[in-house]
Amino acid sequence: MLQKLSEFRFLFEELTKRDFRKKYKRTMLGMLWSVLNPLLTLLIMRVVFTQFFGTKIPYYTTYLFAGNLVYSYFTEATNSGMYALISNKDIFSKVNLPKYMFVLSANTSAFINFMLTTCIFFVFAAIDGITFTWSFLFLLFPILFLLAFNIGVSMILSAVNLFFQDTKYLYGIFTTLLMYLSAIFYRVESFPLAYQRLFMLNPVYVYIKFFRVVVIDGHLPSVAFFLLSMFYALAVNLIGAMIYKKYNNRFLYYV
Amino acid sequence: MSEEISNIVLSVDSVAILYMTGDFKDIGLKEYLMRKLTKTYNAHQFWAVDGISFSLEKGDMLGIVGVNGAGKSTLLKAVSGVMTPTRGTVMAKGKIAALLELASGFDEDLTVRENAYLRGALLGYTRAFMDEKCEEIIAFAELTEFADRPFRQLSSGMKARIAFAIASMVRPDILILDEVLSVGDGAFQDKSARKMREIMGNGTTTILVSHSVTQLQALCNKVLWMDHGHQVAFGEAKGLCEAYAYYLNHMGEGIPAALLHQGISANTQDE
Repeated sequence: MLQKLSEFRFLFEELTKRDFRKKYKRTMLGMLWSVLNPLLTLLIMRVVFTQFFGTKIPYYTTYLFAGNLVYSYFTEATNSGMYALISNKDIFSKVNLPKYMFVLSANTSAFINFMLTTCIFFVFAAIDGITFTWSFLFLLFPILFLLAFNIGVSMILSAVNLFFQDTKYLYGIFTTLLMYLSAIFYRVESFPLAYQRLFMLNPVYVYIKFFRVVVIDGHLPSVAFFLLSMFYALAVNLIGAMIYKKYNNRFLYYV
Repeated sequence: MSEEISNIVLSVDSVAILYMTGDFKDIGLKEYLMRKLTKTYNAHQFWAVDGISFSLEKGDMLGIVGVNGAGKSTLLKAVSGVMTPTRGTVMAKGKIAALLELASGFDEDLTVRENAYLRGALLGYTRAFMDEKCEEIIAFAELTEFADRPFRQLSSGMKARIAFAIASMVRPDILILDEVLSVGDGAFQDKSARKMREIMGNGTTTILVSHSVTQLQALCNKVLWMDHGHQVAFGEAKGLCEAYAYYLNHMGEGIPAALLHQGISANTQDE
């Protein structure tokens, strides 16, 4: 695997550069905008929920930001990853390459955005009065799991989007639903305990909660919770890899 | 005898490829479910390539001929590894570089130079190699003044030229070209044909698909003739090119088995 990665490093770099150039049209403003976008969403939510709905959650800015940070990274990465196969059909139908390279390159720019937004998140958390501790280093785990999770979901989605070309519309509806189900702006504690457990079935919520536990509650999550967040990342990658293996030579029937 | 066997770099043994076609393309999930429910969904399979066998020795130049839909491109996909044959085997020794339908697969938004790097990466070149050869490639394609312009500003002939220029840098053991030489203007066609001969001279085994019989006669020493996925004949270029040219000029008479030279394995069509 590692040997393969170094063999295809040049390809990965060139594909990533291409995706970057296409996405931002070579403008600095394009890049700036994609970082600014989640901040504006945050501002709107902050005003709406504290002024109009009178939400009283401690460290609400940080609480909201953690939710938005994870959710917008997930939707951005999977929405670009969804096109990994279909937009590269002219390439993989002619050259024999590992097709997951397209998924990896499509996910890279979303990941870089996510890292930039994470830096701003820490600035906001500091302003919000959060005490920084060494346990913040533990955030590397949810970041890595989330990266892997998004790559896995992108693999599955890119295949499904090739098979059924209306996937993008259905996925748009799904992500809207997901936003309301991920407890971005409300607390799950206001639900009965049985319902609270159901939230654990939502991987995006699990990753949001991971961030909040470490940053706001200031302690490490339980072992069970840690394993669950790792499990989701592994599971989607396993499914994605199985689809790619099975259809490796059959994807081109669909282009 | 044993020396002869070791010279074989590509051996294609009774390869058959089942191709899927039908409704499954370009339909959405909603439409798919509707058609499944109303039982109007149909996807069928057909043999795009059926029973092709040939082998090439080091330095051979094979031309594949056949009318449109003969399965030439599908066969090349199996040889290059983009597809796996449904039946039969493809055995290749060494590195294969397949340059199928060259002018497509470039990115219109990138510059000529950026596209050259991307294509180089796709072909398995290293960055060091591209750093060294990029100017040479662009100069060969006669596109030096276009090097930093977006690809969309190029004419289709120019795109084909840069595609050929990058591809011709490759030093594979087996080179696969799909209609590469039938593009570009007269002067560039001569130049590319010279370059091709240079590559062949280095001992590269080449497979070439072309509709120009004259071109194949000039370049190839072996010819594979396909029709509707079947193998009509495989053998020395000279006789087969004449037979194919005769067939093209007398369409409707069927394939002239009598015209095929002796010693050529000919499986006559049942049509």
